[in-house]
Amino acid sequence: MLIPFSMKNCFQLLYNLKVPIAGLKNAAKGGLILQSTSNNIYQNLAVEDWIHDHMNLEGKPILFLWRNSPTVVIGRHQNPWQECNLNLMREKGIKLARRRSGGGTVYHDMGNINLTFFTTKTKYNRMENLKLVIRALNAVQPQLDVQATDRLDLLLEGQFKISGTASKIGRTAAYHHCTLLCSTDRIALSSVLKSPYHGIKSNATPSVPSLVKNLLENNNTLTCEVLMESIATEFAAYHQIDSNSILISPSDETMFPGIKRKAEELQTWEWIYGKTPKFSVNTSLNLLREQSCSEMKIYVDVKNGRIEDCNIDAPGHWLPKEMLDKLSTSFIGNKFCHSEATMLLNALLRTCPKDHELYSKWHLLCEKVKTIM
Amino acid sequence: MHLIQMCSSAHVVKPKYTCLFGYSSFKFNHPHRLLRTTSSVNGQIIQFKLSDIGEGITEVTVKEWYVKEGDTVSQFDSICEVQSDKASVTITSRYDGIIRKLYYAVDQIALVGKPLVDIETEALKDSEEDVVETPAVFHDEHTHQEIKGHKTLATPAVRRLAMENNIKLSEVVGTGKDGRILKEDILNYLAKQTGAILPPSPKSEIMPPLQKTETVQPVPVPVLKPKAFTGKDRTEPITGFEKTMVKTMTVALKIPHFGYCDEVDLTQLVKLREELKPIALARGIKLSFMPFFLKAASLGLMQFPILNASVDENCQNITYKASHNIGIAMDTKQGLIVPNVKNVQLCSVFEIAIELNRLQKLGSTNQLGTADITGGTFTLSNIGSIGGTYAKPVILPPEVAIGALGAIKAVPRFNEKGEVIKAQIMNVSWSADHRIIDGATMARFSNLWKSYLENPASMLLELK
Repeated sequence: MLIPFSMKNCFQLLYNLKVPIAGLKNAAKGGLILQSTSNNIYQNLAVEDWIHDHMNLEGKPILFLWRNSPTVVIGRHQNPWQECNLNLMREKGIKLARRRSGGGTVYHDMGNINLTFFTTKTKYNRMENLKLVIRALNAVQPQLDVQATDRLDLLLEGQFKISGTASKIGRTAAYHHCTLLCSTDRIALSSVLKSPYHGIKSNATPSVPSLVKNLLENNNTLTCEVLMESIATEFAAYHQIDSNSILISPSDETMFPGIKRKAEELQTWEWIYGKTPKFSVNTSLNLLREQSCSEMKIYVDVKNGRIEDCNIDAPGHWLPKEMLDKLSTSFIGNKFCHSEATMLLNALLRTCPKDHELYSKWHLLCEKVKTIM
Repeated sequence: MHLIQMCSSAHVVKPKYTCLFGYSSFKFNHPHRLLRTTSSVNGQIIQFKLSDIGEGITEVTVKEWYVKEGDTVSQFDSICEVQSDKASVTITSRYDGIIRKLYYAVDQIALVGKPLVDIETEALKDSEEDVVETPAVFHDEHTHQEIKGHKTLATPAVRRLAMENNIKLSEVVGTGKDGRILKEDILNYLAKQTGAILPPSPKSEIMPPLQKTETVQPVPVPVLKPKAFTGKDRTEPITGFEKTMVKTMTVALKIPHFGYCDEVDLTQLVKLREELKPIALARGIKLSFMPFFLKAASLGLMQFPILNASVDENCQNITYKASHNIGIAMDTKQGLIVPNVKNVQLCSVFEIAIELNRLQKLGSTNQLGTADITGGTFTLSNIGSIGGTYAKPVILPPEVAIGALGAIKAVPRFNEKGEVIKAQIMNVSWSADHRIIDGATMARFSNLWKSYLENPASMLLELK
């Protein structure tokens, strides 16, 4: 059962004091179940950060339930160019976020439930959490065949992945979060999680693609609402606390002081793209023009999301070498970013000689270079 | 608190040095921590080992270092991020000190229980002394310590600040954890001390007459608090959008600019727009003044096509562009972008408004494509939306002219009868390439543009 959050005061107290509060009513004892009213990935990730940084979880584990509008979420040490189709996402208005926990890339939409289990570092136990989820699923549908693998995925009928796991461990606290596929748009999922970029060499954590299925396809009673309810009930039973979820608004600065800044930090370019471990791109592109095809080779070294080294090669007769070198050196220091490249290339186009053929070749080259970003 | 006594009686070093600033509710599993100390008096190098992560994990991959050798860290500062089996772990420092060695590079595997970094913690001879005392007292540190009986906790940066301001750390009240002295505590102490330091006001010596009037309240002399300024210059390379501007403007200034300014009476246009705004809104479009400015400019360019032209590098050939692709300077979070509305000569005012809405939306979400920002032939900059009256805009090559529009202000003017009326006035500042455009051409174009805007009904005559 959901109750609106009228217990702001108790929450404030929980935050202000780093010691457990004895004698506080129902919510404080034994644990808390929170549900977000926001569908904004950055705000919800900020709630996770806030709880992890500010709340004392000693004897008081917290379950946080949340869902997001269409977003691709990559793990802390992943490379977005390797993991998803950024061009397609830009077109469709699908957001990109980098979370603070490890693991692989997932697609979120309103048909996907996110569960976060907050505990102290000593009580951190991912398998225990997953078993709780399985019990909750079986409570709704006893014949459902769901198993946890040793990779901490949940498999339906032994072959379809319905949940992936990731976690973050800090100095005294830890959290384990996982997804649960109820009724996600599978077509969007598979198209957006396929990277069109070639030639990337990096040590970033790779994702392991899996066959997926929605729980709703299995049984049309397994909606997001039903499942969230069941998981909350199971969590409450396990920790012997009140099963009412508390609705929280991640934009409430009085309830979560400092959360706005956390959400902003998660949206900066420096966090989303700049935290990509260093990588290089080495690929060739076809320059198709007036029935003739030339091959262009491009090599880029990217560190902290910025281009450290760049080399562009095209057949000598196609464009003068000085122009290619000028382009290469202009990129150095810039972000490996589509819109920044557009601006830079436009500025260079302004200074290009007005010979029509040269200008159109230059334009084509610039367009091609942008496709790798 | 965990206290580890080091009984190295042969050395001058510290009988009561507390190495582990245990955190009262923090329990860790390892009962023993091996501390290797050097025999030098400079400070001790402590090997900080990678502690147990849980779940039986024995090794992790180092993914990112937050510190480098030589950096100063405080207790609880983040040192690095490691990853193990989908868990991302933040390792924090247990000590205050200076990082002396990193045992792993990024992407290497680190072992639990083995050294992760070496931290040099502060030498006690610096940490507890009253810094105003002469060096001779250094050797008495032993006795001094015992007399005082307590240790002052502060990071090297804070100690330096105290030293620079001749402050005794023992007299400062620490408000940080465990009574630690923070930078703010030093600054507060300084603020309080100025009253005692400043000499008494000379006024009290040379103005005895004041003492006669007992009823006059002495005015408190304002005291200037010495401000501890720790700001530093910062140099960084120019990249990204700024670099773009550098490149564009370097080329632009090769063009000999001349300026021409005028004021435009927009009283009638303001009224007209008020009437048309709801109609546009009903069609889902926000109507600003810009569509009118653009259309009027295009009508003007029909009569003065040289302003919509382009010259080659050596100024040998001039190309009269057929399309009026009028650019509008847009100020976005990243900086200046100039998308353009294509073929304004073919568009109605409403169509221009639609296109401007689209470009503004793309501009604010940083999604303007190449097609949107290339091919411009003439530019208008509405700097007035931020403020200002006159400007000296810079032409964007390969164009040859640009106009900057100031803010619309209500000011008094005289009408034909000589009466004072309220008029809505906007100033326009044009810049043009003086190699091919002369002042007269610019003036006539400006007059034509102005006449369309001062009397919007005249634009009806040009409707196709």
